[in-house]
Amino acid sequence: MARITAGVTTSHVPAIGAAIDLGKQGSDYWAPLFEGYEWSKEWIANERPDVVVLVYNDHASAFSLEVIPTFAIGCADDFAIADEGFGPRPVPKVIGHPDLACHLAQSLILDEFDMTVINEMKVDHGLTVPLSLMFGQPSEWPIKVVPIVVNVIQYPPPTGERCFKLGQALRRAIESFDEDLNVQIWGTGGMSHQLQGPRAGLINQEFDNAFLDNMTENPDDLRKIPHIEYLRESGSEGIELVMWLIMRGALGDAVTQLHRFYHVPASNTAVGHLVLRAAAE
Amino acid sequence: MVDNSEFDDIPGTTVFTAVRSHQGFHLNQFCMSLMKPENRERFKSNEGAYLDEWQLTAPQRQAVLDRDYNAMIANGGNIYFLAKIFSSDGISFQTAAASMTDMSVEEYAEMMLHGGRSPEGQRSIKEGR
Repeated sequence: MARITAGVTTSHVPAIGAAIDLGKQGSDYWAPLFEGYEWSKEWIANERPDVVVLVYNDHASAFSLEVIPTFAIGCADDFAIADEGFGPRPVPKVIGHPDLACHLAQSLILDEFDMTVINEMKVDHGLTVPLSLMFGQPSEWPIKVVPIVVNVIQYPPPTGERCFKLGQALRRAIESFDEDLNVQIWGTGGMSHQLQGPRAGLINQEFDNAFLDNMTENPDDLRKIPHIEYLRESGSEGIELVMWLIMRGALGDAVTQLHRFYHVPASNTAVGHLVLRAAAE
Repeated sequence: MVDNSEFDDIPGTTVFTAVRSHQGFHLNQFCMSLMKPENRERFKSNEGAYLDEWQLTAPQRQAVLDRDYNAMIANGGNIYFLAKIFSSDGISFQTAAASMTDMSVEEYAEMMLHGGRSPEGQRSIKEGR
């Protein structure tokens, strides 16, 4: 049977992708950020997961304003890299796991989570920057990816509680897949940041660090954070953190923190990164 | 009836609701079109003519020509869509973000290096916190 072994959270700032693609990881500005991922790269090379269920948000790349799905799942064989206005990132295309993805889509919908099914999609920095942070610059990605796309662009995103419950349903769905697969679940985006208006540049280190604490110690508190609190405390784009709760819901009750990293700034954003061992079945 | 009045209490922030999405639909769809290199070329070679192909309001059109991102947002623009414009211009997200504040690009970059904008006084206008 497939099993969830671990979870990863990370911010997915586009400038991090640009820094990698332009070979600037060693610069004074970027080196402290990439050092925070060195442990994780070594760890994942040893873990050798088969599949990553990667929760992220599209940034007006695959989804325009024509249709705005709250939750969507990518069932394609592969996913090409989006051109976000400056040409596609020079990274390998992303290979899907359609058998698992279709199983998850069917299981989740019958478990009362109304997923939109995607059979063709280009993926943007929201998905590729986390891959680059965890795997560097390989000629092909060493894992298959099931993308789960969450609307956090148009208000309202799903509630934190709904995201957490989707994570719980994902765990049930993954554990009912017959193939023996080592599956990780990643929640991406955040932490505090605001990219628009006169309040742009807002960073709330106190809020972010409490959030990181509670990802292991007290996730029930995180489930209750209302949208208005994210908007006030963590900036208009900090609300992306609801996506971390899908990952957390999938990991089970008692998790072990293996790695934690926090860094300000990456461009306009506070970067948070956790590696958590899933609770035993 | 949904009540979004508390969003107006957050300083310097516009929340992109379904109403704003409706208001800004054509502006944001124009931005999406810049994901294709041939469209970027046509836009750069004659911005006015390219914009005339889209059903923009006069304030939306002028805001794009002026690269006034606050005005674009006030007229229904969403920052992730608007990013296609400044990416086409070869401008970074940080430079674009700085242009929406009362700071220079250098001052904004310095603020970010020192931990970003403090949330103190930035949470609520009414409550002054």
